[in-house]
Amino acid sequence: MSFSVTEPSNRTKWFAGTAVVLYAIITLLPLMWIIATGFKSPADSISYPPKVVFEPTLEGYVNLFTQRTRMSEDDLAALPPAQTWYEEMVREQGQVISGPSRYGERFLNSVIIGFGSTILCMVLGTAAAYAFSRFRVPLKDDLLFFILSTRMMPPIAVAIPIFLMFRQLGLNDTHLGMILLYTAVNLSLSVWLLKGFIDEIPIEYEEAALIDGYTRFQAFYKVVLPQAATGIASTAIFCLIFAWNEYAFAVLLTSGTAQTAPPFIPTIIGVGGKDWPAVAAGATIFLVPVMVFTILLRKHLLRGITFGAVRK
Amino acid sequence: MAQICIENVRKDFGSFTAVQSSSFTIEDGEFFMLLGPSGCGKTTTLRMMAGLELPTSGEIFIDGEEVGMKPASQRDIAFVFQMFALYPHMNVGKNISYPLLSQGMPKPQVKRKVDEVAQILGITDILKKPVGGLSGGDRQRVALGRAIVRDPKAFFMDEPLGALDAEFREHMSEELRALHDRMGATTVYVTHDQLEAMQMGDKIVVMNHGVVEQFGVPQDIYDWPATMFVASFIGSPSMNFLNFHGIVGSGTTSVALGESEIRVPEQHAGGRGDLALGVRPEHVHLDDASDYRAEVVATEYLGTTQIVTLNTPHGDIKARIASSDRAVVGEKTGLRFDERTITVFETEKGRALLSAGNEGVLNHG
Repeated sequence: MSFSVTEPSNRTKWFAGTAVVLYAIITLLPLMWIIATGFKSPADSISYPPKVVFEPTLEGYVNLFTQRTRMSEDDLAALPPAQTWYEEMVREQGQVISGPSRYGERFLNSVIIGFGSTILCMVLGTAAAYAFSRFRVPLKDDLLFFILSTRMMPPIAVAIPIFLMFRQLGLNDTHLGMILLYTAVNLSLSVWLLKGFIDEIPIEYEEAALIDGYTRFQAFYKVVLPQAATGIASTAIFCLIFAWNEYAFAVLLTSGTAQTAPPFIPTIIGVGGKDWPAVAAGATIFLVPVMVFTILLRKHLLRGITFGAVRK
Repeated sequence: MAQICIENVRKDFGSFTAVQSSSFTIEDGEFFMLLGPSGCGKTTTLRMMAGLELPTSGEIFIDGEEVGMKPASQRDIAFVFQMFALYPHMNVGKNISYPLLSQGMPKPQVKRKVDEVAQILGITDILKKPVGGLSGGDRQRVALGRAIVRDPKAFFMDEPLGALDAEFREHMSEELRALHDRMGATTVYVTHDQLEAMQMGDKIVVMNHGVVEQFGVPQDIYDWPATMFVASFIGSPSMNFLNFHGIVGSGTTSVALGESEIRVPEQHAGGRGDLALGVRPEHVHLDDASDYRAEVVATEYLGTTQIVTLNTPHGDIKARIASSDRAVVGEKTGLRFDERTITVFETEKGRALLSAGNEGVLNHG
């Protein structure tokens, strides 16, 4: 048994490993539950005790993407044979497909609004953070505090004024309105996070670029931006997660054209009884983009969180 | 290559004055040292020449053209930073080629230039490597490569050897000087290390508190310091001061120090009040025949020479004498000074009085 300051003992490693695994299980359990429910039949989904082993079916997914009408057995029999596997699956429930559901549109809305606001937020946030980091801005500290102070109240506290303003401006239930709103909410934190990252980039790099014959703007996007990529990526993840999961504003301000997935998913329950598998399927698909985005950027995210902790 | 002229340049940061009305000229092809303790304004002066800082007032000429308010990108100069500032997201070759790309130089020509520079600096084999894993010396060479690759009008270097360890510094400073001699480019070099300045520079400007104290070739500055600051900043051990109160008349060739008469170069300016005789340690000789007496307080053995600390009636001084000469702590001895090398200072103003010795040096600057 050797003693080392930096290398933890085997017992410590074992404890730490176990703790991490336990934590992961606890965190992932609801996720597993949702994903599993999406593949259950309605009966299995509400059975008690809950079924861990079940016969998987795509019924939930089919129901999620379709609108269906109930038909009598005679009418069903009179129909020509089903063309597709999903039509057949619906008919087995005594229903026919009357059209696609709105889920696709709502999901697309979420993508447009979530990524749109994230991109806009990164563009404005990086520019503002760079200015705060490099230029002599009058009342810099006060301005930074004001910016952060917008984050000190719960955003929903200003829901009513925003609703009234949006109505006046014709921004209710529009993509632009939601993008602007989420950008506004996310921008304060983005500016603060990004300023920290840009502060860590030595100013000499830009000066070297200036000397090398580049303009200030070229120095910014050719030298500063590549080095701020880590910070931008991790900030973008925070912004996207907020915009993607936001529920309260979405319920209040969107109902049709610009409705995002979060307020839509619960409404699935109402269509043809308590269709938990369809809800779970909607939630599962809804999880995918943020998961993919986070996994793609996870290297940056890990580096981003610990960035600047140790001076290299 | 170009002559650089600084005229009455001043820089204020808010209420703090970093550089006060400096003027000096750097001739074409000179290796020019800006020397001073930290916070003396030498880096600010260099940054103003480079265009990274704009002067509050005054004019800067590069190659006859007034550039004081021009951005750095339009001055056609190269800058080597203390921390090198190599672009971390590019490899060595890209770093070196970066200044050429901004000029829109065609790719094959860029490659030829980069290869040529890599050859000169002996870094051909690392061109493809990322800059992250390089040793200090290689980083230094890459930074130099980036500077010399486009034949700028002048090189500015801000303590480029400051980040290297002592052993390697020596080697790199030789390499740097050799490179300069080969290229013949006007180079302005900032350092706080007086040895480095003496060793490498054709000319030195000594700055303190934002003021140019003296400007000239290393030997003049060493032999005939214009101010007490320069006298004590340059040389190790620094110049000795024998402080006394009295009168030095214009035209006199000796100064009364207590009972003794010390011979000095013929004075061309007089002074009264608190004065000091400045004499370099190597010009202090132990001589029992002299009537100016001192007591040996300490000795430091340095191989060929030894530094002897002496207690005189006018303050402690140090002498550099041969190791073979006898100096025993506690013994009294006579002191003789090399009369041609003595400078008389006015203590209050800190300035040297003109004499036959320093007149030629101090009048031109």
